[in-house]
Amino acid sequence: MDITIIAESNGNELHPVTSQLVGAASTLGGTVTVLCPGGIGEKEASEISGVAKVVSLKGDCFSSFDSGAWSHVMTPHCGDGIVMGSSSPSGRELAAQIASKMGVPVVQDLTGIDNGLMMTRSIYSGKAVETSNASGSCVITLRQNAFEAASLGGSAEVVTVDSSSEVSVAVKEAIAKAGERLDVSEADIIISGGRGMGDPANFSHLNEVADIIGAAVGASRAAVDSWDEIPHSMQVGQTGKTVNPSLYIAVGISGAIQHLAGMRSSKYIVAINKDPDAPIFGVADYGIVATWEEALPSLRDELANL
Amino acid sequence: MTIAVLLKQVPDTTAKIAVSGGRVDQSSVAKWSTSPYDEYALEYALQLKEAGGGDLVAITCGPARSSKMLTDAAAVGVDSMLHVVADTSEMDSTQIQSILAAAIKHCGAEIILCGKQAADTNSGSTGPGVASLLGASCVGMVSEVGIEGDGFIAQRGISSGDERVVVSKPCLFTFDKGLTELRRPNVKGIMMAKKKVIESVSAGDLGVDLGESGVKINSHAPPPEKPPGQKFEGAESVPTVVAKLREEANVI
Repeated sequence: MDITIIAESNGNELHPVTSQLVGAASTLGGTVTVLCPGGIGEKEASEISGVAKVVSLKGDCFSSFDSGAWSHVMTPHCGDGIVMGSSSPSGRELAAQIASKMGVPVVQDLTGIDNGLMMTRSIYSGKAVETSNASGSCVITLRQNAFEAASLGGSAEVVTVDSSSEVSVAVKEAIAKAGERLDVSEADIIISGGRGMGDPANFSHLNEVADIIGAAVGASRAAVDSWDEIPHSMQVGQTGKTVNPSLYIAVGISGAIQHLAGMRSSKYIVAINKDPDAPIFGVADYGIVATWEEALPSLRDELANL
Repeated sequence: MTIAVLLKQVPDTTAKIAVSGGRVDQSSVAKWSTSPYDEYALEYALQLKEAGGGDLVAITCGPARSSKMLTDAAAVGVDSMLHVVADTSEMDSTQIQSILAAAIKHCGAEIILCGKQAADTNSGSTGPGVASLLGASCVGMVSEVGIEGDGFIAQRGISSGDERVVVSKPCLFTFDKGLTELRRPNVKGIMMAKKKVIESVSAGDLGVDLGESGVKINSHAPPPEKPPGQKFEGAESVPTVVAKLREEANVI
């Protein structure tokens, strides 16, 4: 079986999720080809163990994201087995376009796949789990951090292909990110605040803790809806981002069903809440019944002393 | 110009999801709503119509109960409604996309808006796949769209931040949470909507041959139960928890 992997880029580098895609592909068996849109990360991709070939796609159309133009160039290089990408927003968009052009189904955001192509994914934002089987060729995207990364040590050949396609989505203006802070969907540790923080200014206490352990700062829907200072990009939950970091620290979050849906698959969950009956304690590995005013300074100091 | 908005009726985000006989039990869903991101698509479709004129059609593909959602859309200003009556729950992405692409062609729409993903399947395949079938430009993760010259200007989220992009029709926008408030229907709108007739068709009426689904759903199951956690009283337990995170969980 041929497996074609669509490399994910992070600025001008290969995104680490690409190694996880190769790791998952290796468990399926088959010949692994990695496509690098715009040639980004071609050398790094060729050094991932298990990669047989890297196709570096060069062309003007790759200077900005246009899923229509990209998929037009990339689809002819996708084998007729499994095409695999990351379930980032752009990864899903590209996967769906490639599947449509190949005339095959796409199954998004898998958290598991076995060599019988039994696919596992969460539906209803984590309120249920679906397993399904593809009967033939298909395009799939995998959730970041759900699969073991392949190690380094490969030396695949890199084939450069010059290709062009008409771009129909033209970038007029880039708007810089409001903060330099790590995005919750990228982070391995997340500390989130809810309406229990009392005031948006108190999120500075979460930022302090986050800075010590390299965490991203998230928020519940209640906090985002209540305070303009807390942007939707920070929202974790059913109408925000679904996350699965190694460690999720929920502070002043009661644990509404929408919030739990977005974070319950985190590997470890710590909850800090003054209400001992808050539903968040039902999913927490470690619960601390305390006010954030008392618990956060202590947490900051303990983490700083590690 | 004809604008189409694609809507999907899903269990309300506050609804509990129960599993029975290996499938999510749809009969136990207490409340059905328009998928949240589709609501932003609808709002901006109304704004585009107000700014540039034309007809706005709301399209859904789903079971009979979905028609209520179309009537709700009419109450805030949608001109016409097309309901492709079908059970989509076991369909794969190619089947759903071919129905919706045919429905859009049937309405003659060249500007299409939809949510970035539905709140039930959480996939995000429909918009880009439909754009591909129609040969329309696709702009994803949109938080705002307006008319600029002969085309459109949209703000979209990409991994490095936001950017404004311009496109011409035919084009399709998939919406993230928008930068505007959603409008609510008034009494007049609700009364008018009740008089509007929903065009109801089958996939076959649109000339779509669905074929077999290429993906067979094996089962649905509740999420795995977590073993009960450890609970501590008071802020003085913070050092204990930090030590456990380091030694038991090995995550810091």
